[in-house]
Amino acid sequence: MIEIERLTKRYGRKLAVDDLSFQVRPGVVTGFLGPNGAGKSTTMRMMLDLDNPTGGSVRIDGRHYRELAEPLKHIGALLEAKSMHGGRTAYNNLLCLAQSNRIPASRVSEVLEMVGLTAVAKKKTKGFSLGMGQRLGIASALLGDPEILMFDEPVNGLDPEGIHWIRNLMKALAHEGRTVFVSSHLMSEMALTADHLIVIGQGRLLADTSMAEFIHENSRSFARLRSPDRERLRDVLHAAGFTAVEAADGVLEIDGATTEELGELAAREGLVLHELSAQRASLEEAFMRMTAQSVEYHAHSNGAHGPGPGPVQGWGQPQRPAPGHLPGAGPGPEPGSGPASGPGPGPAPGTGGGLPAAGPRWGERRPDEGA
Amino acid sequence: MASIPAVLRSEWTKIRTVSSTTWTLISALVVTVALGAALSALLSSTFDELPPTQQATFDPTFTSFSGMALGQLAMVVFGVLVIGSEYGSGMIRNSLAAVPQRATFLFSKVLVAGVLALVVGLVTGFLAFFLGQALLGDHGTTLGEPNVLRAVVGSGLYMALIAVFSMGVAAMLRSSMLSLGILMPFFFLVSQILSAVPVAKKVARYFPDQAGSKIMQVLPDAMDSAKAPYGPWGGLGIMALWVVAALVGGYVVLKKRDA
Repeated sequence: MIEIERLTKRYGRKLAVDDLSFQVRPGVVTGFLGPNGAGKSTTMRMMLDLDNPTGGSVRIDGRHYRELAEPLKHIGALLEAKSMHGGRTAYNNLLCLAQSNRIPASRVSEVLEMVGLTAVAKKKTKGFSLGMGQRLGIASALLGDPEILMFDEPVNGLDPEGIHWIRNLMKALAHEGRTVFVSSHLMSEMALTADHLIVIGQGRLLADTSMAEFIHENSRSFARLRSPDRERLRDVLHAAGFTAVEAADGVLEIDGATTEELGELAAREGLVLHELSAQRASLEEAFMRMTAQSVEYHAHSNGAHGPGPGPVQGWGQPQRPAPGHLPGAGPGPEPGSGPASGPGPGPAPGTGGGLPAAGPRWGERRPDEGA
Repeated sequence: MASIPAVLRSEWTKIRTVSSTTWTLISALVVTVALGAALSALLSSTFDELPPTQQATFDPTFTSFSGMALGQLAMVVFGVLVIGSEYGSGMIRNSLAAVPQRATFLFSKVLVAGVLALVVGLVTGFLAFFLGQALLGDHGTTLGEPNVLRAVVGSGLYMALIAVFSMGVAAMLRSSMLSLGILMPFFFLVSQILSAVPVAKKVARYFPDQAGSKIMQVLPDAMDSAKAPYGPWGGLGIMALWVVAALVGGYVVLKKRDA
């Protein structure tokens, strides 16, 4: 169990971590999600007492990190892949760490075996690839057989087989009742491993929720409809009280309607449908919408109070091109064509079939861009 | 709190499993002994041509330690790398995660490396002394003469203190390159040049190397050098104060700054 209370870190004028409070519970994989620069690594370093917090506290099993006599037996962490002396062999690098916490040398061979580095145990680590370095870091985290494990971007540099392996490892560790805390900037990665989610942006807590709840609340579900008689379909939908939004290729998208009711409606009206499908927006989209908002919030709080002239995205409110601005089937927003106020045109959906394109990406929201 | 013997063992493993330890310490020994021997041989053959004042204050013990001026630089490299490589490699984060008590971590490391430097320093001192005296022949001295043993043991202490001082500086600067960039020119050039400049030498004699090296002289004004306002042990004490200051500085930086 990790308890973080009002944790704050300030670098000069920049607030890297801003009054962050959350708990990481045992038995589940907790994902720590945020765009690059959101403060994930800083938070993790403060959890290990490597960085001094400006305010607030971190407790590991109710104690401060510095109070742990042999911390590797309580908490193991993978921070950066290359945090070993390159002139030392993999075995000796781990041996140094093991000895300081009175972990038997036999355990070093054990963890090297677990991560598949036995063959290179006697090789100096400076020749290691990023993936091998990552595995060595994971081995060092497992050294003390700790109840709490922390991984900062563990899939970085791993090949597909390695990614599969680390996912299963994290799930297995959580299944054994351990606390597993893993950071990522990829929602898709988290969706596959995490049971619980902590989302931060600009150092602030944006969400602390179970994965299932996050999916339920944040993924937009809608129906896709395509008919050769598009005008009549629109009228029928309008008459039935549905709001249809036109996407590319004459596809209509209807929020909050089931395919059953739409199918039956079309049948009653004798409409030919070429497509009727239920769609779910990706979690990546929901995540980007959430963090983009935090970026925007920050910008506003620096300027005048209240919502500025820019578009303010509501939670769960789908971002899609306004019909009037539909830029055909173009691959993205046309620079210069986007007005600085009003609903900016998001990237146009790809040419039919796939999921709707993501909402605004960071960077695309700056009003002065492309000017 | 962390178990001190366990941390000492871990630090010993760190030191013995990197090749820089071997080559820096062997360089320190070889350079000091070889240069001392060369100078002893040279002075032995040209003794009669020395100015009378230098003949009168000839210090055969100190002569055999002539290589120290260069050999100590290898000790500086050893001391700097012991600390600096933790930062250079990023190992420091793993090390501090394993031993979060900063004082335990730093002073265990310094103790292990310092004792190793002392052992190598003593071996170097005795080797340099015996080889130097053998080459000086009639002008040489023996361990039994007054103050000679003190000077020889002192040379080992001096080397160890130079190494530990470098560790403290590296802990403050948290970078091998920066530490070497400052310490090497300081010990090799600045200190030696200033000690020869009439006005500056009043200050320079309180520099760690200038003060500490008095312990290696049997005669207080060996080789016609200027008399210092402190004795051999006083000089070593001044050097020790520098070392303590560097270590305290290193500890404060380690404690206050983010790893």
